[in-house]
Amino acid sequence: MSVKNTLASFAVALTVLGGIGTAGAAQKTGDYGDKAHVERQSWSFSGLLGSYDKAQLKRGFQVYNEVCTACHGMNLLSWRNLMEEGGPEFTKAELEAIIADKEVPADPNDEGLTHGDDGSRLMRKAFLTDRILAPYANDKAAMAANGGALPPDLSVMAKARGIPHVAGNAGPSVWYKAPFVGLMEYGSWIAGTLRDIGTQYQEAGADYIYALMVSYPEETPAGADVGDRSFNYVFPGNAISMGAPIADEAVEYADGTKPTLDQHARDIAALMMWAAEPHLNARKSLGLKVLIYLIILSGLMYAVKRTIWAGVKH
Amino acid sequence: MTATMDEQQEGTSRRNFLYIGTGAFASVGVASVIWPFVDQMNPDASQKALASIEVDIAPVAVGQAITVLWRGKPVFLRHRGAAEIEEAGKVDIGDLKDPQTDAERTKKPAWLIMVGICTHLGCVPNGQKSGDVKGDYNGWFCPCHGSHYDTSGRIRKGPAPLNLEVPEYSFLSDTKVKIG
Amino acid sequence: MGHHESNYEPKWGIAKWFDERLPVARMVSDQFIVFPTPRNLNYWWTMGMVLFFFLIIQLITGIILAMHYIPHADMAFNSVEHIMRDVNWGWLMRNMHSNGASFFFIAVYIHILRGMYYGSYKAPREVLWLVGIVIYILMMAAAFMGYVLPWGQMSFWGATVITNLFSAIPLVGDSITQFLWGAYAVSQPTLNRFFSLHYLVPMLLVAFVFIHVWALHVVGSNNPEGLSVKSSDDTLPFHPYFTMKDMYMSVVFLTVYAFFVFYMSNYMGHPDNFIRANPLVTPAHIVPEWYFLPFYAVLRAIPDKLGGVVAMFGAIMVVAVLPWLDRNPIRSLRYRPKARFFFIVFVVVAMLLGFLGAKPAEGWYVTASRILTAYWFIYFLVIVPLLSKMETTNRRMPGSITDAVLGDHGKLPKDAQTASSGQ
Repeated sequence: MSVKNTLASFAVALTVLGGIGTAGAAQKTGDYGDKAHVERQSWSFSGLLGSYDKAQLKRGFQVYNEVCTACHGMNLLSWRNLMEEGGPEFTKAELEAIIADKEVPADPNDEGLTHGDDGSRLMRKAFLTDRILAPYANDKAAMAANGGALPPDLSVMAKARGIPHVAGNAGPSVWYKAPFVGLMEYGSWIAGTLRDIGTQYQEAGADYIYALMVSYPEETPAGADVGDRSFNYVFPGNAISMGAPIADEAVEYADGTKPTLDQHARDIAALMMWAAEPHLNARKSLGLKVLIYLIILSGLMYAVKRTIWAGVKH
Repeated sequence: MTATMDEQQEGTSRRNFLYIGTGAFASVGVASVIWPFVDQMNPDASQKALASIEVDIAPVAVGQAITVLWRGKPVFLRHRGAAEIEEAGKVDIGDLKDPQTDAERTKKPAWLIMVGICTHLGCVPNGQKSGDVKGDYNGWFCPCHGSHYDTSGRIRKGPAPLNLEVPEYSFLSDTKVKIG
Repeated sequence: MGHHESNYEPKWGIAKWFDERLPVARMVSDQFIVFPTPRNLNYWWTMGMVLFFFLIIQLITGIILAMHYIPHADMAFNSVEHIMRDVNWGWLMRNMHSNGASFFFIAVYIHILRGMYYGSYKAPREVLWLVGIVIYILMMAAAFMGYVLPWGQMSFWGATVITNLFSAIPLVGDSITQFLWGAYAVSQPTLNRFFSLHYLVPMLLVAFVFIHVWALHVVGSNNPEGLSVKSSDDTLPFHPYFTMKDMYMSVVFLTVYAFFVFYMSNYMGHPDNFIRANPLVTPAHIVPEWYFLPFYAVLRAIPDKLGGVVAMFGAIMVVAVLPWLDRNPIRSLRYRPKARFFFIVFVVVAMLLGFLGAKPAEGWYVTASRILTAYWFIYFLVIVPLLSKMETTNRRMPGSITDAVLGDHGKLPKDAQTASSGQ
């Protein structure tokens, strides 16, 4: 390929990538400056060689099990997932101890009944194959217990959230500046896309969950009206139904890690990421092999193509 | 002149090496890509996780039988009485198509546990309920093609080649059995 | 297929026997091995093979996903998660399928723009072009219905918005949308039929791809010079020259694709689609998949419901009738600098419309969308037809493809080889 062609391809690639970058959603939050900004965190599972930190997932699960589970479930996961490869990898014995006091709705008994004489749901002890359910019988019960708000299921939370856009672009002040402002915005957007691709950025959800956990101020800022809800800097609209769920020393870690709010937030975000992407370890390690293979094959194919075309003007 | 021909030959062999090498390398890739596309049809993780179940046998009285679903198949659990155990025990195993003693087929003589699928072509034999036709040997009778099983679930008459399969199981307690 | 004499000679008796009864080996030999192909095709011409690869990938992974997916409003979301979590290699199959759709579109857009730049739509390739447009529309239909199947929030509301386009049709609009939904809103019957149609459309795609290749082999490939093939010097056999060139580019494409499948699997999706479909709550900001964004921007640029829908479909239709808008005998824009300039502007405008399609429909984004939409239509309906009449080449064209690749045009201008007679 000539230099000109290469440049042309590069230009096309750039613009196509720009198109791909539209994936991100835009939501406006109030004007709280840097506090409302979701920063990218460093995660063990980011990048080409990333993988989950088992100890962190275990801590994250401890936070989930001692705090989150009071309101939330992860009903796309079964308890057995916690002992599968690529996750926290609890042993079967550890896991059986964890679920010893968990109960799930029982199957119909011999008389075909699912409710006792007093109308209460019959329960049975949970098995490892049972789903990790929310503590409520149904959504209506969950809403009734939470002042009308439904605590969302956390199974895919880390993929169901992105980084909300902070403060919308007001546009150019005068009309003739529009093309420049527009092109600047488009350019920075392409640059952002390239940065995302360069860093294989797929951790927006984890970054957001971490930021959400640490962005409850002690006092609601003056002028903010959140009614009976709580104030959070990064939550879109700032009024969140969930009160600050964790604080320093919310959980005493089994592995002796210092229980700070920051640590809790990181660990629960990592656990959420694993819950949403349980095969990430396998995916990334296979991906590296596939990429290396394909790059070598590309080189070989190029050599074959060159050899065949050698001596043919075209 | 000779040198040029050598060079040409060398060029040709280098080319062939490249072509064959690339072809082989590509074939390895194609071959290894095939497995995921085949393996996806095998039982998935949620199916494998259901590979064992626990059954409460406390409510099953002597002479009664229950059927439970295990790996998508019916499993017969029969609480046998003394007469049935004796009948199963005194059979001359030399006469059997698939020779097995009753002791080989049970862990506790009172409990006969086996997969309720005829070894002929996969029907579910009758004999679990009290009113069922139990066949000539007072065990189970497969209505599809007329196989008769005895009180130990062994094939005695008919087209089925083997005794009813005994799954892997263990008694967790006197009233609890784990199958699988 | 192509009108060139067959030189296939069966080597073995059995091959001869078979050839007399079903000449499939002859067809492969004639059409895909010895098929005379212009020797000067550049890398922009490799997208055909790339697209073929992605069609195969989509078909195979799609059939596999259909083995595990459940088209039921209550179970679809969970069944997709079941594929991602429990099915052996399910995460790979699904990532390949969802990202495969995006790469299918990347390749098809390059393919279409290449056709526009080098005038591949001009005589005698008008039917080839129209069949290509049909393929593109079928692809959009398949992609749209496929995106609905996971039954997340973006699936549901995307389906709602797109099917509501038909409600803009006067008098019968509402009946049509209810007919499409099989209900009074997007719901279970809609999902079920979209699943069926998502399986049907690829079969049509395969049929139209066959027709596309057939039409191509009747008239032969265009080339970067836009010149017709004049002698056998102008061509090379398809195999090994173009098979290997195409395969090389396909592997390069697969490499980038693999990068996305394994490392950026959700980058081209939208977080809201990991929220279960909820008919009571619309997401804050609905965006379609990236490959629809330019048309989405056109839709929103027009402040009238019917007008927007007409403009959106019109934006595709003007591309379809391009062979009749541009009747200039010079095919390749290499020899039409003015047309080339406006074409490049058009490409940039299309990209910017894509950008605007992802932005909220407010403020100056709308104004910008309107200006760029106007350019889209002015380009096809005014600029292209005018230049078609006015523009003559300012540069001597080579007499033949062979002259062009040997690089003696310009050096040895021949009077006979001017623009008009060069075609």
